[in-house]
Amino acid sequence: MSEHAFYTKDLSVYYGEKHAVKKISMDFPDRQVVALIGPSGCGKSTFLRSLNRMNDLIPGARIEGEVWIGGENICDPGTDVVRLRQKIGMVWQRPNPFHKSIYENVAFGPRYHGIRNKKELDRIVEECLRKTALWDEVKDRLHQSGLALSGGQQQRLCIARSLAVRPSILLMDEPASALDPVSTAKIEELIAELKKEYTIVIVTHNMQQAARISDKTAFFFLGDLIEYDDTNRMFTNPSRKSTDDYISGRFG
Amino acid sequence: MVTRREFDIGLEQLQNMLVEMGGRVERALADSMSALEKLDAEAARAVVKEDPLINQIEEKISDLGAKLIATQQPVAKDLRRILVALKISSDLERMGDLSVDIAKVVLRLEGQTLMKPLHDLPRMALIVRSMIVESIQSYIDENVDLAYKMAKDDDQVDALYSQILREMFSLMAENPKTVTQAMYLSFVGRYIERIADHATNIGESVVFLVVGKRPDLNQ
Repeated sequence: MSEHAFYTKDLSVYYGEKHAVKKISMDFPDRQVVALIGPSGCGKSTFLRSLNRMNDLIPGARIEGEVWIGGENICDPGTDVVRLRQKIGMVWQRPNPFHKSIYENVAFGPRYHGIRNKKELDRIVEECLRKTALWDEVKDRLHQSGLALSGGQQQRLCIARSLAVRPSILLMDEPASALDPVSTAKIEELIAELKKEYTIVIVTHNMQQAARISDKTAFFFLGDLIEYDDTNRMFTNPSRKSTDDYISGRFG
Repeated sequence: MVTRREFDIGLEQLQNMLVEMGGRVERALADSMSALEKLDAEAARAVVKEDPLINQIEEKISDLGAKLIATQQPVAKDLRRILVALKISSDLERMGDLSVDIAKVVLRLEGQTLMKPLHDLPRMALIVRSMIVESIQSYIDENVDLAYKMAKDDDQVDALYSQILREMFSLMAENPKTVTQAMYLSFVGRYIERIADHATNIGESVVFLVVGKRPDLNQ
């Protein structure tokens, strides 16, 4: 299995007594985009967060089952979480750049992981800003605050920041839901570009977005994985009636 | 979610228009055949005159389908419902045209008397009329079994058509004076047979609507 592909086996997440994610087994193919859809509270974001152990930070959260990434079960207590999160980047709903310059936002990760050489850092910053189509927009003001950028640019900066530590997998939790339509289109274009190098898992409430950008779609409901199939099939002829009802807007 | 209201109304309108169109097409075939049996040119002209109404419904279905796709971004079964409505309406429109072709044969034969009373053509048309009704019924009820049953009737139609052709060939061979009428009546057989094929297409659309796969019922 390549370093990009991964899978979960019987992955459950509990918040105290609540069984929020119920024994989910899913394959994430090499360099494809997988969209997780479902009504609020269905467990999709919780599931996404357990893929890089973000739920560790939530008091009372407990995980059972396995997540196999690069020959390693990352749910194992011995997992080096810092190294894990270097391999698996995360992008959140609201852009959250650091209170630092554009340059420092991107250079932060590599520096943390021990890269001190200025030329090398310059190279990484440019490469990541180019990959997120931000370079031409910001190259003359790299030392201005990242917070001075527009919302859409901030989100692309956050993506550039997560690329800087050379992950193989990107997790995105509604990365475009706080953005205007043009910024949203740019993020979607970016995702199409990024999947050449990264496996991407995206949570979205926007059905059309899931249909446009993903290769596979998973429908979650009440903590269960109801259906997981090629996106094309999910949006033209899903096998489960509840999938059809949800994507057609009959509930949720 | 309340936002589906508008959408559901649109889908219902599509269905109602298809049902109306199906009714008009079935009547066009019935009227053109009764005009043929009596060589009643007046009745034939009425069929020709009614056809634009069928075409108008097709246009309305096409406009509404396009509007629903543009404004509602339908997926899954909703999407199939609209695709199928467009396809069925174009089949029905052709069936209407073919009924007009039959009516035009009546106009060409105006003033003549039939060389013999018609038997097999009306029988064929009767089967096809019930195929039209059943195809629309199978669409309304999303009844795949009825769609398959209806498509099976097409075999009888094809058999009758072959029989009619054989009969017309021997008539023409025996008596060259019958050639004009026999040719036109053969055409009518062909038109009815084509209408049955379109009804079968509707059956295929119903199967696609319900199960999401396209069968070939025209075999």
